[in-house]
Amino acid sequence: MKKLGLVIAAAFAAVLLTAATDDPSDQLPNKVQEQRAEDLFEQFRCVVCQNESIGASEADIAHDMRMLVRQQISAGKTDADIKNYMYARYGPFILLKPRLTPATAILWGGPFLIVLVGLGFLVLRRRRSAPLETDLSPEELAALKALETETKDVGPA
Amino acid sequence: MIAELGTFALALAFALSIAQVGLSVTARIRGSALLRGAGEGAAGAAFLSVALVFGCLVTSFLRSDFSVTNVAEHSNIDNPLMYKIAGSWASHEGSMVLWILALTAFGAVVALTGRNLPWRLKTLTVATQGWLGTLFIGYTLFASNPFLRVIDPATHLLSPPVQGASLNPLLQDPGLAFHPPMLYLGYVGFSVVFSFAVAALIEGKVDAAWARWVRPWTLAAWSLLTCGITLGSFWAYYELGWGGWWVWDPVENASFMPWLIGTALLHSAIVTEKRGAMQGWTVFLSLCAFSFGMLGTFMVRSGSIMSVHAFAVDPTRGIILLSIMGLAAGAGFTLFAWRAPKFVGGGVYAPVSRETTLLLNNLFLAAATAAVLFGTLYPMIYEAITGKSISVGKQYFDLSFGPIMGVALIILPAGPLIAWKRGDVRGALQRLSFAAIAAGIAAIAGYAFVSPKHALAAMGCGLGLWLIVGSLTELAERTRAGRASPAESLRRLWGLPRGAWGMTLAHLGLGVFVLGACVELGGKVEASKLIVPGDVMTVGVYSLKINDVSRVDGPDYVADRAQIAITRNGSPICNAEPARRTYPASGNTTSEVAICYQGLSHVYISMGERREDAGGKSQWLVTGYVNPLATLVFLGPLLMALGGITSLSDRRLRLGVARKVKPVGAPKAEPA
Repeated sequence: MKKLGLVIAAAFAAVLLTAATDDPSDQLPNKVQEQRAEDLFEQFRCVVCQNESIGASEADIAHDMRMLVRQQISAGKTDADIKNYMYARYGPFILLKPRLTPATAILWGGPFLIVLVGLGFLVLRRRRSAPLETDLSPEELAALKALETETKDVGPA
Repeated sequence: MIAELGTFALALAFALSIAQVGLSVTARIRGSALLRGAGEGAAGAAFLSVALVFGCLVTSFLRSDFSVTNVAEHSNIDNPLMYKIAGSWASHEGSMVLWILALTAFGAVVALTGRNLPWRLKTLTVATQGWLGTLFIGYTLFASNPFLRVIDPATHLLSPPVQGASLNPLLQDPGLAFHPPMLYLGYVGFSVVFSFAVAALIEGKVDAAWARWVRPWTLAAWSLLTCGITLGSFWAYYELGWGGWWVWDPVENASFMPWLIGTALLHSAIVTEKRGAMQGWTVFLSLCAFSFGMLGTFMVRSGSIMSVHAFAVDPTRGIILLSIMGLAAGAGFTLFAWRAPKFVGGGVYAPVSRETTLLLNNLFLAAATAAVLFGTLYPMIYEAITGKSISVGKQYFDLSFGPIMGVALIILPAGPLIAWKRGDVRGALQRLSFAAIAAGIAAIAGYAFVSPKHALAAMGCGLGLWLIVGSLTELAERTRAGRASPAESLRRLWGLPRGAWGMTLAHLGLGVFVLGACVELGGKVEASKLIVPGDVMTVGVYSLKINDVSRVDGPDYVADRAQIAITRNGSPICNAEPARRTYPASGNTTSEVAICYQGLSHVYISMGERREDAGGKSQWLVTGYVNPLATLVFLGPLLMALGGITSLSDRRLRLGVARKVKPVGAPKAEPA
């Protein structure tokens, strides 16, 4: 039955995906500020959910976190301030866009490094195999040249 | 009885798979045609046994036999017939049965059809397929038997419940009934490619003929996977009610990675077939495609990754599965490390050539896959090493996968216009000038008319048109449209090989998708409101009047259903009836979205839970979205899949045709 419980829990998490919207009384009266808040909601992860932003989750704690973000905005904090505040309060887990630190260097740099290394490899191999491009002997090259001029004389077939 | 028959058939299939390996390997060593035939027969018989297993499972579900644990936990007498059937693969055990059904089916097809394959290669392919079968049927039999009975622990007697726990309501949907089988067929289709690669590594020979055998299987698996992912995405779009179709969730990524690798493989196999180059890389991708497919099926089940839609999580068995997967893939890659250095790349080509464009395609696809892989696994690895948690959200994928794929898409239309060996960049660019103009105009139009995210929309329109017009340019080139007479062009168009049509369709579909996706994401408008009947709300240019909210009784649920009239500038557009369902059997609620199709755009309405205001009056939270060009998001991938299927029907790739085409150079006499 433990398994069944897990399945149901997972299903619940999925049901909760329905985008959460707060009562108008909770929202910031200033439209611009509310929009800023909503954009910020997408940056923070709901701490109890499977894999959702606080903007998407209907969990109570997500609602509390949304209110926290709104309070910060009302208090005149900038977006960067709020991110730092949330980071300090909840740790790196809270940011859906991980910060670039030595520990996340591979994450951020890896894919682009693959492109660069791949391109470098292609160029190097091209350099090395360049002579292969014409693997004809000097006599054959001369014969080819002769043929080419011959065709030119006759004109395009 | 039926459950016991199922277990018996499962055991039989396990034994037959072992026989398949033993007979085929011996046949390869001794060169015995008899043993070879027996190995192939075992592959066919293993499939029939698993088909019987599947039949028993479905029968148990149809008869609502709650003495079987699996049925009791995933079905219910009140479930509609279709969902009783779909319930048989909704559980972990059931989905494993479906998985091995696909695996043995593909094994049987290879064993029984590939008559003109070189016999050594074929025998080893059948043996490898049997090895995969042994691993996964063994797992199903010993660790995930779907036919276990409900036994009372005190009395050791059968104690079936009167009523089952019901299928998860979210899964009660036609989209879900069909998309897992399709995804599985896609993942498992790559098993044949994997087996071909292993066989080629053992034989030490990768040539054009081998690549030609790999391509149809890759195409088939890739097309099925494309359909499966699209269906899954559409299911999420209209069933989960969040208004989006892709969130870079681990489950989605798990299906997307084999697709990306499969796409790379499709292209590298062309180079190997036509030019005898990139053999090692093609073999490597063949091994990767199935390995990622296995990862896709099992990663999420191991419970080590958090996902919003993991439905059958079981950490203990997940670890066993991951080990088996490691064993299967590990053997392949070890063999690769040992044998691949033997392959000598052939085919000399200039820096500007079709080969180079396909190499770049593979490089960017590999890097894009790495971005998805890193983003998906990083939280798990980070936690294992540092003990701290980290999140990798959609922002990461947008910033890493996005630009890499973007560059690949810019290069794409040039590829088919550049000749093999030595191409002409200037010529290709000249021919693409029309596409570039179309893309420029589209980008400006996108910037001007789509809000709020102008830049994203502009990029999407530009790139989408670049791909669409670019693909059509290639078609026009081939048919000499505008240069030859219209009749001549039509004749050429008619005479084009299906492979060429397939490519054009797939590239066109990609353009359609890019256009739709970027415009949808850039121009999405959302509004929500707590409503009572009689309220009016505005979403973008549409006005939603809530006429009524009523209570509806379904077969196994009760629902609150709203009647909403949608108008635009005062003129009625359509009526929508979104609902919120509650399933008493499980206590779950789901949102039944209403989508009003406006040309290619959608007005998408989802209904939230009932709330009560201060005075105790019922209110409902209604969220409306306007998703411009959303239909293209799903239409594009379907066009791509259609392209794959069209290519598959190309005469050159049809199974068993090669011999008729080339009567000379008949296959080597087989040893008796």
